[in-house]
Amino acid sequence: MLEVSNLACSRGDHRLFSDLSFALYPGQIMQIQGANGSGKTSLLRTLCGFIIPDDGKITWRGEDVRELDEAYFAEMMYLGHLNAIKDELSALENLCISAGLSGTELNEKDAVAALRRMGLKGRERLPTKVLSQGQRRRVSLARLLVSDAKLWILDEPLAALDVGAVALIQELIAEHLAEHGMVMFTTHQPLQVAGMEMRCLSLS
Amino acid sequence: MNKLSLFSLLMLVVRRDLVLAMRRRADVLTTLIFFVMVVSLFPLGVGPEMDMLRKMAPGVLWVAALLASMLSLGRLFSADYLDGTLEQMLLAPQSLSVLVLGKMAAHWMVSGLPLVLMTPVLGLQFDMSIQAIAVLILGLLLGTPILSMVGAIGAALTLGLRGGGVLLSLLVLPLCIPVLIFGTGAVEAVTSGLSASSHLSLMGALLVLALAFTPWVTAQALRISME
Repeated sequence: MLEVSNLACSRGDHRLFSDLSFALYPGQIMQIQGANGSGKTSLLRTLCGFIIPDDGKITWRGEDVRELDEAYFAEMMYLGHLNAIKDELSALENLCISAGLSGTELNEKDAVAALRRMGLKGRERLPTKVLSQGQRRRVSLARLLVSDAKLWILDEPLAALDVGAVALIQELIAEHLAEHGMVMFTTHQPLQVAGMEMRCLSLS
Repeated sequence: MNKLSLFSLLMLVVRRDLVLAMRRRADVLTTLIFFVMVVSLFPLGVGPEMDMLRKMAPGVLWVAALLASMLSLGRLFSADYLDGTLEQMLLAPQSLSVLVLGKMAAHWMVSGLPLVLMTPVLGLQFDMSIQAIAVLILGLLLGTPILSMVGAIGAALTLGLRGGGVLLSLLVLPLCIPVLIFGTGAVEAVTSGLSASSHLSLMGALLVLALAFTPWVTAQALRISME
C-alpha cells in the first residue's frame, strides 16, 4: 500500500537516483541495497518526509503522503542511525517518552516487559549513559515492540547488535509481517526472515 | 494502548524537558549566574551614585535578561537534533506546533522564570522602590516568555549551523527590541508617577501574538532545518 512512482532525489548537485518506482503491500519486506553513498538513507528519509523529492510521488493507501501528513505518521515508524535516546534518562523513561511522542500512552508494565524482551532485564532504571552502544540500540529498538505502526522504516537496525539481538530482530520482523505489517530496511549484515520472500531494491 | 490527547502530549514534553534540565543542572545555573553577574558588574563600573543607579536599573536588568536568554537558546533544540529525538518529534502523529510549544514552555521555566524570581534581590541592590520592582517583575513575567518564543524561531533556523550561536543572537536580538522598550518604559512610567498599564497591556498583546504564531513558525523552521 506504500507506492512510490518515478521518485528522484538529489543531495546538493549530485543526483542520487531517479525514476524509482516500487510498491510495498501488507506482509511484505524490502531490503534496500547499495554501496556507501548510493542514497539508501536518503531514500528512507524521503519516505519519512524529511527530504522533499525532486520529482515523483509517494502514496500511502492511495493518497499522497504530503497531504496525509500526520495521518501517515501515525501509521509509520522510523528508526534512524541515531538512537533518539537521552543519556540522562533511564531506559524506561526513554521508552515511555518516545511512545508518548508517537502518540500512545504506555504503562510501566508494558514498557518493562518490552525492555526485558530486548534483553535489558535489570537495566530498566539505569541512566542510559552507563549502557553500552549495543544496549542503547536495544533500548531504541524496544520501540518496535510497543508501537502499532503498520510500516516500519529501519535504517541499519542491526548496527552494534550481537548475534542474539540480531536473531531477536529477525523474530520481531517475522511477527510484524505475519500481522500484515510492512518493513523497509537497509543493512550491511545478512538478515534472514523465516518463511518470507525478501524483495531487494538495488540503488546504484 | 490509549491515544494521547494534545494536552497530555504538551505536558509530556514539558515534563521531559524539565526532568532533563534537572539532571543537567549546570546549564540552568550558568544562565542565572550570568544574569546576576552582568547586573552586579554595573554598579562597580559606573560608580556608587544612587540616583544614577536607580535610573538605569530597569534598563540594566532588562538587557541582562535579554542576553541571558540568548545564552540558553542554542540548547533549545540542539541536543534533540544531535541525538535524533528531533527526527522522532517531526514524525509525531500529532501537531508539531504543540510539541514546540511544550519545549518553549519548559525553556521558559528553566531559563526565564529563575531570572524573574531573582529580580527583586537585584532590584534592591539598585535601590529601586518596591512599586518599581513590582512593575519590573510583572514586565519580566510577560516579557521573558516572548523572548523564549521568538528565540525558538531563531534557534530552529540556525539548527546544525557552525557558529550558529552568534548568528542566533544577531537574528533574535533585533526582534526583541519592542519587548525591551515596553518593559523598561513600564518601570519608567511608574517611577515618574504615571500608570504602567498601557505598557504592560501592549506587552500582554505581544505575548498573545507570540503564543499564537511562534509555535507554528518554529515548527516550519524545524522542518526546513531537518532537510
